[in-house]
Amino acid sequence: MNYRGVLAIYKFEMARTGRSLFQSVVSPVISTCLYFVVFGSAIGSRIAEVEGVSYGTFIVPGLIMLSLLTQSVSNASFGIYFPRFVGTIFELLSAPVSAFEIVLGYVGAAATKSIVLGLIILFTANLIVDIQIAHPFWMMTFLVLTSITFSLLGFIIGIWADGFEKLQVIPLLVITPLAFLGGSFYSIDMLPPFWQKVSLFNPVVYLVSGFRWSFFEISDVAVGWSLMMIAGFLAVCMGLVWWIFRTGYQIKS
Amino acid sequence: MQPIISVSALSKVYSDGFQALKSVDLEIGKGEIFALLGPNGAGKTTLISIICGIVNASSGSVTVGGHDIVSGYRRTRSMIGLVPQELTTDTFEKVITTVRFSRGLFGKPANPEHIEKTLKSLSLWEKRDSKIMTLSGGMKRRLLIAKALSHEPEVLFLDEPSAGVDVELRQDMWQLIRELRDNGTTIILTTHYIEEAEEIADRVGVITNGELILVEEKDELMRKLGNKQLMLDLHKPLTSIPKELTRYDLELAADGHELIYTYDTKAERTGITTLLKDLGAAGITFRDLRTTQSSLEEIFVNLVRQER
Repeated sequence: MNYRGVLAIYKFEMARTGRSLFQSVVSPVISTCLYFVVFGSAIGSRIAEVEGVSYGTFIVPGLIMLSLLTQSVSNASFGIYFPRFVGTIFELLSAPVSAFEIVLGYVGAAATKSIVLGLIILFTANLIVDIQIAHPFWMMTFLVLTSITFSLLGFIIGIWADGFEKLQVIPLLVITPLAFLGGSFYSIDMLPPFWQKVSLFNPVVYLVSGFRWSFFEISDVAVGWSLMMIAGFLAVCMGLVWWIFRTGYQIKS
Repeated sequence: MQPIISVSALSKVYSDGFQALKSVDLEIGKGEIFALLGPNGAGKTTLISIICGIVNASSGSVTVGGHDIVSGYRRTRSMIGLVPQELTTDTFEKVITTVRFSRGLFGKPANPEHIEKTLKSLSLWEKRDSKIMTLSGGMKRRLLIAKALSHEPEVLFLDEPSAGVDVELRQDMWQLIRELRDNGTTIILTTHYIEEAEEIADRVGVITNGELILVEEKDELMRKLGNKQLMLDLHKPLTSIPKELTRYDLELAADGHELIYTYDTKAERTGITTLLKDLGAAGITFRDLRTTQSSLEEIFVNLVRQER
C-alpha cells in the first residue's frame, strides 16, 4: 500500500478546496440560508408542524442531504475530470499507485469536504432554528456513508464525462430533481397516495428519510430500508469503479 | 550490457484499429543514453507510454529492473521518471507544491534537500513559490523534468524534450542529462531531431510505422551506414572526368574546380590510395583536400526511405 501516494492525492485535493474556498464552502452555505429564508420563513410560516416538528426544523436534514448529494458529486467529478482534461493524469497513471489508492485519495478528499460542509450547514441551521439530534451516531453514519457513496458516483461521472457539459448533466438533471422530489422539503405522507408510491422508486427518499429519523425519530420509510438502500448504492458504485479500473475505461487506451 | 529494460514482442493496436507497434523487441542497458528516433506517428510515444503504464499493451511483455510492468507495476513505476511531450501541468499550483506532490505520489518520504537540489539544478529554485501559470514554456518543460526527478528514478524517459526549448536551455538540459547518466541513471529520449541523438545518445533505435527497424551504437551506426566524401580542390579546373578515372565514383563541383570522390567506409578498401596515384598519373594536381561524413540525419532519411 502506497500510503504516501494516497496522502499526496488527498492533500492535493484538499488544497484545491482551500484555493476555491468560496466556491466549495461559502456558496453552498449561502444557498442553504436562502432555502431557509424561502422555505423555512416565507412558506414555512404557513405550515404549522410536520409530525410534531416545526417546519423550519423539519427541513434541516433534507437541506443537508441536498447539499451533500450535489456537492459530493460535483467535487469528486471535477477532481478526477480536471487532470484528464488538462492531461496531468499521465502522472497518476505512471505512478506506483493502485486503482484502490487513487480512489481512496480522490473520493476520500471529496467525501471529507462533503462531511465538513454538511456539518457547517448543520451548524448554520442551528443558529436559525433549534435542532435536537436524537441519534448522533446514526446521524454521522448517514452523513459519512452518503458522502462516500455520492463522491464515488461523482468519481464515476468524472471518468465517464468527455466534456464539461456531461460533467454537469447528471448533477443538474438527475441528482437535483431526485433530491427535490425526495422529500427534502416535505414528508411524502403529504403527497397523494399515487405519488407516495412513485416516490418509493426515488432512492433519495430513503436517504433523506433515514437521515431525518436520526434527528427527529420520524421517517417516511423504515430506517432499516434506508440503511440497506445506502449500502446497496455504495456497493453499486464500488462495483462500477472496480470495473472502470479493470477495463481501463476512458482512462487507459 | 546489463539490461534494465527489456521489451519483447510488444504490439499495440488501438481501439480504432490503428496498429501503433508491431512486435517490438528492445533491450536498454543500465546507465546508457538511448535515443528513440522516428518520424511523427511512428510509435515512439506509444512505446514509452506502455513501459510507463499509461497505455495497456495489446500483446508482448516488458520488464524494468527484472520486474514485469503489469504484475510488478509498483516496483517498475517507482523506478521510472517520465517527462511527457505535452506541457501538462497543474496550472494553479505552486512550483514547489507540485514537485513535492510528485515525490509523495511515487511513495517517497519528503526530502526537502533533494527537491531543493533538483530545482536548483534546473534553475527553478527562485521560482519555487510562483504559480505554474506564470512560467514560460521552457520553465514548464524544466518543471516537468524536476517532477520526474523528484522521486530519484533509475530510469528517466524524456519524450521530445527539446520541443519549444531554446538553444541555450537545450545545452543546459543536455548537460544535466549527461550528469544524470554519469550518476548511473538510464536515459531514454525520443526525438525527431537527429542532431539531438547525434549529440547525446550512446545508442540509437530507429522506429518507423510501429517497427523498430534498427538498434545500434551511435558511432557504429554512423561508421557502418555513413558514406564519406573526399573533396579535392584542383589547381586547374576540369571540364569532364578523365577517361582513365571513370571507374571511380567521381563528380565535379564548383565549375570543375572541385573533384568529389564518394566512398563507402564499410568497404575493405576505400580506394583512396589508388585514386590519388591515378590522379597523379593523369597529371591532375590539387592544392587541398578534406573529407566529410554523412550525418545521422542523412542516415536516418535513407533508412526511412528504404522502409517505404
